[in-house]
Amino acid sequence: MDAFTTHTGTAAPLRRSAVDTDQIIPAEYLKRITRTGFEDGLFIAWRTNEPDFVLNQPQYAAASILVAGPDFGTGSSREHANWALLDGGFRVVISSRFADIFRNNSTKSGLLTVVLPQDQVEALWTAVEADPALPVTVDLQARTVAYGDTVVPFEIDDYVRWRLLEGLDDVGLTERHLGDIEAFEANRPGFLPKAQPVA
Amino acid sequence: MPKTLAEKVYEAHVVRSAAGEPDLLYIDLHLVHEVTSPQAFDGLRAAGRTVRRPDLTMATEDHNVPTLDILAPIADPVSRAQIEALRANAAEFGIRLAPMGDRDQGIVHVIGPQLGLTQPGMTIVCGDSHTSTHGAFGALAFGIGTSEVEHVLATQTLPQYRPKQMAVTVNGELPPGVSAKDIILAVIAQIGTNGAQGHVIEYRGSAIEALSMEARMTICNMSIEAGAKAGLIAPDQTTTDFLKGRPHAPQGADWDAAVEYWSTLRTDEGAVFDAEVVIDAATLSPFVTWGTNPGQGLPIEGVVPDPADFADEGQRKAAEQALAYMGLTPGTPLREIEVDTVFLGSCTNGRIEDLRVAAELLRGRKIDPGTRMLVVPGSVGVKAQAEAEGLDTVFLEAGAEWRGAGCSMCLGMNPDQLKPGERSASTSNRNFQGRQGKGGRTHLVSPSVAAATALTGKLTAPADLEMAGV
Ligand code: SF4
Repeated sequence: MDAFTTHTGTAAPLRRSAVDTDQIIPAEYLKRITRTGFEDGLFIAWRTNEPDFVLNQPQYAAASILVAGPDFGTGSSREHANWALLDGGFRVVISSRFADIFRNNSTKSGLLTVVLPQDQVEALWTAVEADPALPVTVDLQARTVAYGDTVVPFEIDDYVRWRLLEGLDDVGLTERHLGDIEAFEANRPGFLPKAQPVA
Repeated sequence: MPKTLAEKVYEAHVVRSAAGEPDLLYIDLHLVHEVTSPQAFDGLRAAGRTVRRPDLTMATEDHNVPTLDILAPIADPVSRAQIEALRANAAEFGIRLAPMGDRDQGIVHVIGPQLGLTQPGMTIVCGDSHTSTHGAFGALAFGIGTSEVEHVLATQTLPQYRPKQMAVTVNGELPPGVSAKDIILAVIAQIGTNGAQGHVIEYRGSAIEALSMEARMTICNMSIEAGAKAGLIAPDQTTTDFLKGRPHAPQGADWDAAVEYWSTLRTDEGAVFDAEVVIDAATLSPFVTWGTNPGQGLPIEGVVPDPADFADEGQRKAAEQALAYMGLTPGTPLREIEVDTVFLGSCTNGRIEDLRVAAELLRGRKIDPGTRMLVVPGSVGVKAQAEAEGLDTVFLEAGAEWRGAGCSMCLGMNPDQLKPGERSASTSNRNFQGRQGKGGRTHLVSPSVAAATALTGKLTAPADLEMAGV
């Protein structure tokens, strides 16, 4: 995973709530067996059917920060939704509320999810609609979103922030505690099932 | 301190906890399927890691599999590559796989319980959000992303934060023709698709205790549609009766020890929930969705709502967008909505009991000539059981299609898809835009509403059939 410290880019206003993972990337685009190459499926139905969909507008084509309505990422556990956003050029998604699995996946894939109160989301929508070229800076070190004269603080779990800043791989961190895992395994009840076939 | 069931299961699996860090949770069973695993196995290979506990890991093929001609090679080369990657990975890392055609193959959330691998008090994960299904046994079961799949493969653990606790209590007796699916659709309509975010839901109360294991699985399955981390139900006699004698259920002295442990798995008197919802089962009726998320549902006697009636601006916009996509007009009685497709199947309602309920309504009748009905058993085991009971004949004689096992039209990764503009009544769990095929429109329903709808070609409750002259 790439480390994330600070990112400056332009932002696309996605004025929709409860954007589910089937909209971010539909099932038929999940068949790749690689971790990249999912940009084709990103918001494909809206990109195809709605000429004025925000990402079809040339002024937002280079956006790297997506500013979405509440409950972004509901639905399936597909990390492909994160990968598709990353492949589509996004480094940050801002919303007032994210679905848990989506948010959790983002902390593993290196896509930063930033929670701002809904009124701050609306202010940002208004600002980037007035000036699509407005630079927006998301600073994970300082925990702020800054644009024009506005600086908005956001909260993020300390541990998650540390991992993102360092670009640390969870598996490596857990492997430091192998002794604890072995000790736990030694005490698991004998009646628990094994998945190997039984006669 | 009194504890909830979910807290007990969680605490029994904490390998390590330290201030300022997530807990490390041990995973008792890891289920794997072809869509969310290839990148995880690649990650292992790239780092030179192995699967720590292949004996606690099981893989199956379900999302991509065709439900016709299952022994022929998959026609779609990309689907085929994904299945082949799973086969190669399972062989390389020593993981048991139930491939297409195997007697144990099926939707991952159907085969775990069927094999008896899903047991009370366990932690169970899968790269699939409907892993919450397994909570019906009193297990803490939740969906994870591909990075986490890799983490569990490598370490058999997951870093986790303690979830919040929500109680959904359903008391009283369900009216005839009203089922578990209607309970959970009503719960989601009430609390919303993010109403349980960050929480584990414990379903309790006399109406829940009266349910079969299949019905409990239907309810826990859709916990994620309310945004919950997981959903569970305390194990009881119904649970042990279901498990006894299954291939992976404990035997002899192990069985006795297990049953004794399971009897401790209930929420203590006085345990505190962060949120509570109470529902009177007697007030429920068959539920159907009208919109494009599972929270947009109403009792079948209702009408398509008017977006203008939603006080919340976000909900109003969501309703407008949903009605435009669904091609529905406010005020239309739900019972007048015509469908062209009925899908009976999925990890929500593709179990033997679901097929029995639907077959009972179809027996000796013919489905509407303008409607096609796909019946897709959740597993090869369910299919075999249904055929032993003659249900396949009932479906075929009624004019429905009897298919092989898999996810099928629940998400349309295989050829079973709606065409643009087609409308289905579906027993699956998601009515998202395009979920069942590009431009397809989905109404979520219970198995009995699905069967009644197939008979009339319009959204229909079983109780309406007599009036409709069917
Ligand atoms: S049946 Fe549907 S919801 Fe269930 S695992 Fe398959 S695709 Fe997912």
